[in-house]
Amino acid sequence: MALIAVVAIPVVAALLCWIGLFRRYAWGITLAATWSVFALCVFVSARVAAGDRVVGLAGWLECDGLSALVLLLVSFVCAVACIFAGGYMHRAEHESEPRLWWFYSNYNLLVFALLAVPALAEPNLAWVCMELVTLFAVLLVGFDSTSSALEAAWKFAVLTIMGAPVALFGFFIMFWAFRSGTGGAWETWDALRSAAPSLDPNLLKLAFLLVFVGFGAKSGLAPMHTWLPDAHSQAPTPVCAVLSGVKTTVPLYIILRLLSVILASPAARVGGWLIGLGLLSVGIAAFLLLQVRDYKRMFAFSTVEHMGIILTASGLATRAADFGAVSQMLNHAITKSLCFYVAGIILLALGTREIESVRGLFRVSPFAGSALLLSCLAIAGAPPFPIFLSEFSILSAGVRSGQYATVWILAILIVVAFVAILLHANRMVFGKPTLPCPRVLLPATCRVAVFVAAAPVIILGVYIPPPLHNLLRLAAVQLGGR
Amino acid sequence: MLTSVPEALNAFSAGLILISAFAMVATRQVRGVLRFFVYQSLLLSLSSFVLGYGTHSIHLWALGVITIAAKVVAIPFVLRRLLPGDFYERREISQAVNIPSSLLLALLLTLVSEFITGPVVSAAHDSVLRVNVPVGLAGVLIGAYSLVARREAIPQLIGILAMENGAFFAGISIAPELPLIAELAVAVDVVLIVVVVGLLTRSIQQTLGTTEAAALSELKEEPVEWH
Repeated sequence: MALIAVVAIPVVAALLCWIGLFRRYAWGITLAATWSVFALCVFVSARVAAGDRVVGLAGWLECDGLSALVLLLVSFVCAVACIFAGGYMHRAEHESEPRLWWFYSNYNLLVFALLAVPALAEPNLAWVCMELVTLFAVLLVGFDSTSSALEAAWKFAVLTIMGAPVALFGFFIMFWAFRSGTGGAWETWDALRSAAPSLDPNLLKLAFLLVFVGFGAKSGLAPMHTWLPDAHSQAPTPVCAVLSGVKTTVPLYIILRLLSVILASPAARVGGWLIGLGLLSVGIAAFLLLQVRDYKRMFAFSTVEHMGIILTASGLATRAADFGAVSQMLNHAITKSLCFYVAGIILLALGTREIESVRGLFRVSPFAGSALLLSCLAIAGAPPFPIFLSEFSILSAGVRSGQYATVWILAILIVVAFVAILLHANRMVFGKPTLPCPRVLLPATCRVAVFVAAAPVIILGVYIPPPLHNLLRLAAVQLGGR
Repeated sequence: MLTSVPEALNAFSAGLILISAFAMVATRQVRGVLRFFVYQSLLLSLSSFVLGYGTHSIHLWALGVITIAAKVVAIPFVLRRLLPGDFYERREISQAVNIPSSLLLALLLTLVSEFITGPVVSAAHDSVLRVNVPVGLAGVLIGAYSLVARREAIPQLIGILAMENGAFFAGISIAPELPLIAELAVAVDVVLIVVVVGLLTRSIQQTLGTTEAAALSELKEEPVEWH
């Protein structure tokens, strides 16, 4: 029941926002919907962590460790982003805008599609929902209707929708492999996975390659990453947080699901592809981070870096590395959304996106300055924060499995990215303010959102609650490394 | 080689689908590209009807009907509602690659897809598979290529839709028992793609006064000077 409600509530909320009578209360409706969805997802994941299998509709809506983790992340980031949207979207320049209800209606639909992908047990429908995610996200990226926002939305639309038919081809081939291997038609991820040992490994590899290319474009892996910095810097800030925090994770979730099918087949090996493309993403992102000019683009490139790290870790295919990969997914989602809220506050306070023009932020606004320092330290992976822990566990898992070359390259690239982010942060936070800028009163909801988003980033670095640890362990088992 | 009438008809429409993919690459006018896309979708549904007849599969019949409803009726209708009529008269004067070279490249892509799928397909003793999988992959690759070569927004969109047609042409031979709900969802999804991209094109036209994707080049990476 809870799982059905999780996907139904956002749809109902989207419909309510459309109805004329309720349009004025669109923010309130969305807030209530996203937070009740979050509460339900906590409930579902707690049951999954305790060892239950949560079934909404048998064969259609089911939830295991990996999907519970993704559900939890999506619902948390979407709920906090909705608080932030309250203050950010209702500013003077948007207040005259009669389309705010349209924004929230779309936002609810995006939340629905993001939640449906992990909740669905049927792979083809998960593909369809992944497409819906892209479409609703395109509408939200272009919401501001400025020329640069429309350009970002266009690039985003073309590059990511183009991935879909390629992935569809991959799903058809997977279906073919299943049919010729078992004689029946597939229903769920689990059926596919348990049939994997008897399927033709060449077909499996071909199918995985196509889905990997198609959905890799959607999750912003290098060489198909070029839309990501544009879309994530031009979208309204709450949307950026959702896009960067979880929208990139969701296609990766599908890739990882297929990876577990491949790993269950003894003859098909794809670890090299994952490690190669993962390291390429981390490398390209690390060097672009050094020369970035716009702080929202900086956080966007760091997303490319983290997707690459997760991919590399899952390519190592050991249980410990898988644990690192799923922890990195968790930590990336909570930390990156915090980063974008902070970027949104700076944009509100100073009205510029350029790193060059932001100086001495600490004196202009102590709140924004300290929040930026905290979020940059956390996203770069400095020690007391959770990303440090997951990156460290990935590297140590690599060393233990004897893949030294991968570990060396990954470690060097992580250090380059770390230095780049902290150099930019240093220049922005400290020093003498160059802009003669009046102190702006930040909207209360934005401050609240930053506090709510910062809490798990600070806490999870020193203490992981046992149920969450259990959930991560179960999710790592789902990835299927040995 | 060909044993039955449905298989022969399917092979015939495979050839025409490939030709319409080439025609989409070679056509300058937006209206012409759209027309060839509609022909291609009709051929796709023809193929799924004859294969459905040959294999007694109700799924393929349903897929044929869904394809006609979504791609032959709904998509041209939505595009005409969203964008003004003069839009379709437009001709692309400058393409990234000239048309003869584009056709040559499309031919090359067809050969490549024959090479890639050849070993996999010949293992399965099924003459429909041998036709549909290489042609479907060629459709996907040529669609992707026309996305790169085209400058106008709507031909780019139709390139994506042609990729989808290619995937489905392979799909009707290798995955005929796909759940009906998934097929319906994919069809709805394709129409939604057209709505969203059409809306986006309209706002680009209103804001920038052009729909040339090449005009969208404001956002890029410029190196920072370190002091």
